[in-house]
Amino acid sequence: MSETIEELVSQEYKYGFTTNIETDTIPPGLNEDVVRIISKKKNEPEWLTDWRLKAFRLWKTMEEPRWPNLQYAKIDYQSISYYSAPKEMKKYNSLDEVDPILLETYAKLGISLTEQKRLSGVAVDAVFDSVSVATTFKETLREKGIIFCSFSEAVQEHPDLVKKYLGSVVPYGDNYFAALNSAVFSDGSFCFIPRGVRCPMELSTYFRINASNTGQFERTLIVAEEGAYVSYLEGCTAPMRDENQLHAAVVELIALDNAEVKYSTVQNWYAGDKNGKGGIYNFVTKRGKCLGENSKISWTQVETGSAITWKYPSVILQGDNSIGEFYSVAVVNNRQDADTGTKMLHIGKNTRSTIVSKGISAGRGNNTYRGLVNIGKHATNSRNYTQCDSMLIGNQCSANTFPYIEVKNSSSSVEHEASTSKIGEDQIFYCKQRGINTENAISMIINGFAKEVFKNLPMEFAVEAQKLLGISLEGSVG
Amino acid sequence: MIEIKNLHASVNGKEILKGINLTVKAGEIHAIMGPNGSGKSTLAQVLAGHPAYQVTQGEVIFEGQNLLDMEPEVRAHAGVFLAFQYPVEIPGVSNSYFLKAGLNEIRKSRGEEELDSMQFLKMLKEKMKIVEMDPSFINRPVNEGFSGGEKKRNEILQMAVLEPKLAILDETDSGLDIDALKIVSSGVNKLKSPKNATIVVTHYQRLLNYIVPDVVHVLVNGRIVKSGGKGLAMELEANGYDFIREEMQQSA
Repeated sequence: MSETIEELVSQEYKYGFTTNIETDTIPPGLNEDVVRIISKKKNEPEWLTDWRLKAFRLWKTMEEPRWPNLQYAKIDYQSISYYSAPKEMKKYNSLDEVDPILLETYAKLGISLTEQKRLSGVAVDAVFDSVSVATTFKETLREKGIIFCSFSEAVQEHPDLVKKYLGSVVPYGDNYFAALNSAVFSDGSFCFIPRGVRCPMELSTYFRINASNTGQFERTLIVAEEGAYVSYLEGCTAPMRDENQLHAAVVELIALDNAEVKYSTVQNWYAGDKNGKGGIYNFVTKRGKCLGENSKISWTQVETGSAITWKYPSVILQGDNSIGEFYSVAVVNNRQDADTGTKMLHIGKNTRSTIVSKGISAGRGNNTYRGLVNIGKHATNSRNYTQCDSMLIGNQCSANTFPYIEVKNSSSSVEHEASTSKIGEDQIFYCKQRGINTENAISMIINGFAKEVFKNLPMEFAVEAQKLLGISLEGSVG
Repeated sequence: MIEIKNLHASVNGKEILKGINLTVKAGEIHAIMGPNGSGKSTLAQVLAGHPAYQVTQGEVIFEGQNLLDMEPEVRAHAGVFLAFQYPVEIPGVSNSYFLKAGLNEIRKSRGEEELDSMQFLKMLKEKMKIVEMDPSFINRPVNEGFSGGEKKRNEILQMAVLEPKLAILDETDSGLDIDALKIVSSGVNKLKSPKNATIVVTHYQRLLNYIVPDVVHVLVNGRIVKSGGKGLAMELEANGYDFIREEMQQSA
C-alpha cells in the first residue's frame, strides 16, 4: 500500500502560473524610507505614516520567533520587495476598466469578478500582489450601510473607523510578524457592518501573489457593530517559483454586543515542490475580539498550501457570554511544515469556546497543533471543549500536539480530547472491494475525517475545500 | 462462474493455501468449512485481492477473465463481492454515501448510468427491508459504533445493493445471535438467483441450516480434502474435524 500512497501524494499545483503584467515594484530592501514610500504611494494621513514608523522601529528591536516547530532557511528581509502593484493602477469605477489580463488571471483561478457572482451571492475583493484590484457588489452592500472595500480605500474614505479599530485587536508590536506587517502592509480588505444589519451575502477576498521577490503583507479589518452579522471568506494562491516568498498578514475581527463574525479561509498558497524547493512562508496573525456581550467569532480554516505555516487564529472573549470557535483542517505533504492552532482567551463571564483541529500529514510533512486555552480569574462559569485529531498517511510524516491550558478560577471547565490515526490498508481495501479506487478511497476517508470542520464552511466553499483536499493528497490534478 | 486451479498463496512468506481446486457454477451455493487456521479466510481474501497475500502459483478464471490480474476494485466491478469477517469502520463517511459511491463506480464500469441521490435512496430503503435494518443506518458512518450483528447485516445490505455475480461470505455467522443469523441468512437466500453464485466460508454447520449449500468442501491445512453434499456438513457437526484428519492419516 505504501507504494500506491507514495504515488498518490505526489501532487501538482494547478495555480502555479504567472501573469505577465507590468508592475510598479519598489526595489528590495527595508528601511524607514521604504515605509514612508509605501505610505506616500497610498496617500495616507500622517497618523498612519507615524503608526507604520513606530511599528518599524519596534520591529527592528524584535527577534524572529524560534519556538515554532518549523524548519526553514533564514529569511533575508532586505532581499524582499515590499511593494508591488500592477502598473497604471487607477481607481476603477467599473470592472470594464480593469486590465483584462488581470481579469483573465482571476478567471483562471475560478473567481469571476463579474456580476455573475451575484448568482452565488458572494461579493469579492481581489488583492493582486499588493493592491486591491476590484470589489464587486459595492453598491448593493452600500444600500444596507455595509462598507466593503480595499483597505487603502477605507483609509481614504473612512479614516475615523480605520483609526478607531486598526491595531485594537493586534497591536503593532504584538509579535515580530505583526510588527513587520504594521510597518509595510500594502493593502487588504476592510469591512464594516453597521448596527443591526445582517450582511445579505458572503463577503470574500481573494489573495494572489504574482510578482517574484515580493512579499505580501495584507491587512484585513472587520467590524460588526451591535447585533450585526457577517460571513467572510478568504482564498489564496500563488505562482510556482523556486524561491520562497514571504506572506505576513494580519487579520483583526471585532464583534460588538450580540454581533457575530464568521471567518472562513481556504489557504492554498504554493507549497514548494517535492523536495521542498520554493513555496510560500506564511506567517500570519489572526485574532478576533468578542468585545460585546453575547458576541460570537468563529474561525474556520482549511490549510493545504504554503511551505511553512505559522498561524494561530485566536479569539479574545472579553464580553460576558461571548463565544469563540476554531475549526481547522491542516494538510501537509512532501516537505511542508505547519505549526498552527489557536488561542482562546476567556476574560468575560460565561464565555464558551470550541476548538476542533484536524491535522493530516503525508509525504515528509510535519504537522503541529499548538493551542492555548486561558480562562482568567473573572471568567467564571466558562467552558472550553478541544478536540485535536491527527491522521498520518505513510511512514515518513509526523504529527505533534502541544496544548496549553491555563485555568484561573474554579467554576470553569475544560475538556480536551486528542487522537492519532493512520489511514489503514484495511480501510482502503474495504473501499476497493466495494468498487471504489484507491484515490477516491483516500479522498473519502480524509473527507470523512475532516467532516466536522467542513460542515462549518459555507456550502460553496465546502465543496471547493473537499476538492482541494483531494488534490493536495492525491496528485489527481483536474 | 469461477474456476480456481491449483491456487497457492502465502502471507509474509508463509504458505497458507497449498493448491486449491474449486469450480463454482452460476446458481450454486458452495460452503467451505474447516478448522481454525486451515486457510478459509485466506481463500476469501485472495479471491477479493487483498494486497497482504501473495499468490505464488495457480490461476483463477472468473467469467472467462483472469481474476488474479485484476485490481480489487476491478474485481468488484466484474461482480465479485466479499462480505468481510471484520467489516471496517470509516469514520465521518455515511453508509449511504459510501454505498452510492461504490454502486456508481460499478455501474460506470458496466456502461450504465449513475444513480442520482433520489433514485439511490429509494432503492437503498427497499434493500434495507431485506435485512430488516432501521433507516437510521443510512446516515450513520460506515460501521462506526455498530454492534457485531449490525456490521454483518450491513455487509449483506451492501451485497443486496451491489448485486454481485459471486458473493463470498467470510464467517458471516460469527458473532451473530440466532435472530440475527436468521435475518442474515434469509437476506442471502432472497438474493439467490440462477444467475449468481455464493461461496459461504464458515466454521460451524449451524449457518448451513439456513443457507442450504449445494456442495460442501472441507479445507484442511491449505487444501480441500473432501467435498460432498449437505450431508457432509452434518457429519462434520457430529464428529468434528478430527474424523477428516483421521481419514487423511489413514489414506496417507
